[in-house]
Amino acid sequence: MRKGKVWSLAIMLLLVLSTVLAACSGGDNESGEKDKEKDASEQSGSGGGETLVFGRGGDSTSLDPSRTTEGETFKVTINLFETLLTFEDEGTAVEPGLAKSWEPSEDGLTYTFELQEGVKFHDGTDFNAEAVVKNFERWASGDAEKHPYYNSMFGGFEGDEGHVIESVTAEGDHTVVFKLTRPQAPFLKNLAMDMFAIASPTAFEEQGDDDFERNPVGTGPFKFVEWKPNDSITIERFDDYWQEGLPKLDKVIFRSIPDNAARLNALTAGEIDLADGINPSDGASIEGNPDLQLFERPSMNVGYLGLTVTREPFDNKLVRQAMNHAIDKQSIIDAFFEGRADIAVNPMPPSVSGYNDEIEGYDYNPEKAKELLEEAGYGDGFEMELWAMPVPRPYMPDGEKVAEVIQKNLADIGITAKIVSHEWATYLELASKGDADAFMLGWTGDNGDPDNFLYVLLDEDNIGSNNYTYFKNDETHELFIEAQTEVDEEKRIELYKKAQEILHEEAPWVPLAHSIPLLAGSKDITGFLPHPTGSDLLSNVDLER
Amino acid sequence: MLSYIGKRLLQLIPVLLGMTFIVFMIIRAIPGNPAQVILGQQATEEAVAALTAKLGLDKPWYTQYFDYLKGIMTGNLGESMRTRAPVAEEIWPYLAATFELALFAMIIAVVIGINAGIISAWFQNSWFDYTAMILALVGVSMPIFWLGLMGQWAFALELGWLPTTGREPVRDPVAAITHLYVIDTIIAGRFDQLGQVLRHLVLPGLALATIPMAIIARMTRSSMLEVMRSDYVRTARAKGQKMFFVVYKHALKNAIIPVLTIIGLQLGMLLGGAILTETIFAWPGIGRYIYEAIGYRDYPVIQSGILIVAFFFVMINLIVDLLYSFIDPRIKYD
Repeated sequence: MRKGKVWSLAIMLLLVLSTVLAACSGGDNESGEKDKEKDASEQSGSGGGETLVFGRGGDSTSLDPSRTTEGETFKVTINLFETLLTFEDEGTAVEPGLAKSWEPSEDGLTYTFELQEGVKFHDGTDFNAEAVVKNFERWASGDAEKHPYYNSMFGGFEGDEGHVIESVTAEGDHTVVFKLTRPQAPFLKNLAMDMFAIASPTAFEEQGDDDFERNPVGTGPFKFVEWKPNDSITIERFDDYWQEGLPKLDKVIFRSIPDNAARLNALTAGEIDLADGINPSDGASIEGNPDLQLFERPSMNVGYLGLTVTREPFDNKLVRQAMNHAIDKQSIIDAFFEGRADIAVNPMPPSVSGYNDEIEGYDYNPEKAKELLEEAGYGDGFEMELWAMPVPRPYMPDGEKVAEVIQKNLADIGITAKIVSHEWATYLELASKGDADAFMLGWTGDNGDPDNFLYVLLDEDNIGSNNYTYFKNDETHELFIEAQTEVDEEKRIELYKKAQEILHEEAPWVPLAHSIPLLAGSKDITGFLPHPTGSDLLSNVDLER
Repeated sequence: MLSYIGKRLLQLIPVLLGMTFIVFMIIRAIPGNPAQVILGQQATEEAVAALTAKLGLDKPWYTQYFDYLKGIMTGNLGESMRTRAPVAEEIWPYLAATFELALFAMIIAVVIGINAGIISAWFQNSWFDYTAMILALVGVSMPIFWLGLMGQWAFALELGWLPTTGREPVRDPVAAITHLYVIDTIIAGRFDQLGQVLRHLVLPGLALATIPMAIIARMTRSSMLEVMRSDYVRTARAKGQKMFFVVYKHALKNAIIPVLTIIGLQLGMLLGGAILTETIFAWPGIGRYIYEAIGYRDYPVIQSGILIVAFFFVMINLIVDLLYSFIDPRIKYD
């Protein structure tokens, strides 16, 4: 009996041990190597600088910016990589980056870039014209899965009919020439987007795409150290960075803390130094805390109620206008955005060039709304489904509660709205199929260009993808297409202003708000300027403890 | 004994196979195309179609299912659609994080739960008994997210004793070897870090331990009460043995069997069900890993993640069943 016991105990232990060992043997070598690297870099580090811990809601999916569309990724990669052109500190005007100057040809078909000299990638590779060419070759020869942004910003891949970039060639070591097949108005802004950051050709050629995205090598102020999935990403100062005196910090650690309240707790406890995704309702208490400071990110978003124009009665323009008059936007902003938002008039925020400020928004006027309904033949009202966003987004802090206010507003003019909510992925899929009567959604701009709002969200070309309302209008379509190739900025702005007038009249949306996303940080942080695109370059940031 | 283990392991096959099928079908029944979710709102239609094809989602479901099964047979759990990393490589750090947390929580739950149950039974109807059982009732019904945030507020913000979130000292991270940080810090000889890691375990561990602790306490109490009324306990006491000895040596041994079953079940539940705790405490564990994968419709991660958790669940229960015979040799398996 006794002996049997010992035996079966031994077998059981073996079973447990073997599963544990089998599971961990895969990762052993890799992490061991990383540790050695870390030790070495710690010894050579300059020291003295500070470590900033940046708390955010989610983890990155990739550290290769060209391979993802997810905002969390760019928050890290903007500090590891650089683009030919960059956006200004708090706006989206284009400034020199890795290219110190550029010269467009008169017909808008050729761009010549002069590159910075003496720039090195983190792995020691020289940055030069050849590196730029190789990066563009890599993206252009890819597909939508590999480089999902490339084709949407440059009209396709190599060989595709709509592909804008005919060739990228190196002329000498520090001159790159882009030839386009047709003029593309937002071309320079596109180049400044995070996803078109120049990576070390040595690294992506040697490692292959899949390894590269977990071991990124760029020219940015920080270099990659370690990634603990769902937990933290560590980057540290790149000593050979080409811009004198930058970065100021020694190390940045991005930590994922999914719960907003827990993230604020961690900030208050001093475990993190900077937190994004702060609830509007916490703004006041942060301002009242002497150890903390509140940062407002310049707004580049829009939250709206989309009306699917293919569904009755929203195929009737008068009904859509009535909806616009019926909803009390100001009270929504006061109650759920704590006043930290502007009433939306147009489908894009005022910070984007080409915004038409002559348009007067639909005022809150239930009487007028009732009249319009009467005129449309719906004097007795109707029943509809109102889709409420199930997740908080910068442009919509609490979809369900906002939906309740809208429901009440609509009831006042005789419309019975039933609030419907689906899990997020389901919500997006069904809405994109046109299954919703009216749905809440929003958009954060990528590059501050009107095309990135109006064409993407309301053109017939994007029905089935981002035009969830199925709105189709020949006039606006022509204006958008013309604007895409118009290089004269003045003329282009006129085209978009005209389009906004038509959109206002046609009213496929009830634009609700342009919210101001909030961040909070320790009072010791200096030099932090939140960027409207949502990805913040931290090279000028310092901690003065 | 050995044949029993063999039989149990063989039984695993249909159980896990059935589960792969159910999970496979359910996640495909809910709307939401992974390609669309992965590429995000910005993606064009062609991009979505291209990715759908690339991920093999345009194939008939049975082809996809058999490909998946074939993969499992060869130890290939598929690639995460979202991060493109092989699930088999990616999953261990998450599993380790949850394992460490669940074990710690279970130790708290068992030590406190069993002792509270014993003392309650020993001094039945005393003030301790009433208080403990009321606390246990409250413990079962307390929402974890509320408990978690209150814990952060009280012990981290007000008292400053414990960290709010995470697994390790942020500014001095632990070098991951086994990804079980308690062990990693010991291997590295960093006992200062070990202390830190243990401190990080306390709040989430307590939050996670509350429910099993309450259940274990109640179970132990009722089981003990039954045993204490039995003849042999009365005999032992009549022989003049010390009450402590009677309770902890004689009675506990017989009362522990049903408690053990509960412990096994609870530990299994903790492995998969720690999502709320992991979210509140930013714990990079398997629960959140699978939960996020569901949001992204990351089929391979959901399928394999649940499969692995289920495997451990079944294994833990097997181990519990085997433990019975050590505690009570009358239980035989042949």
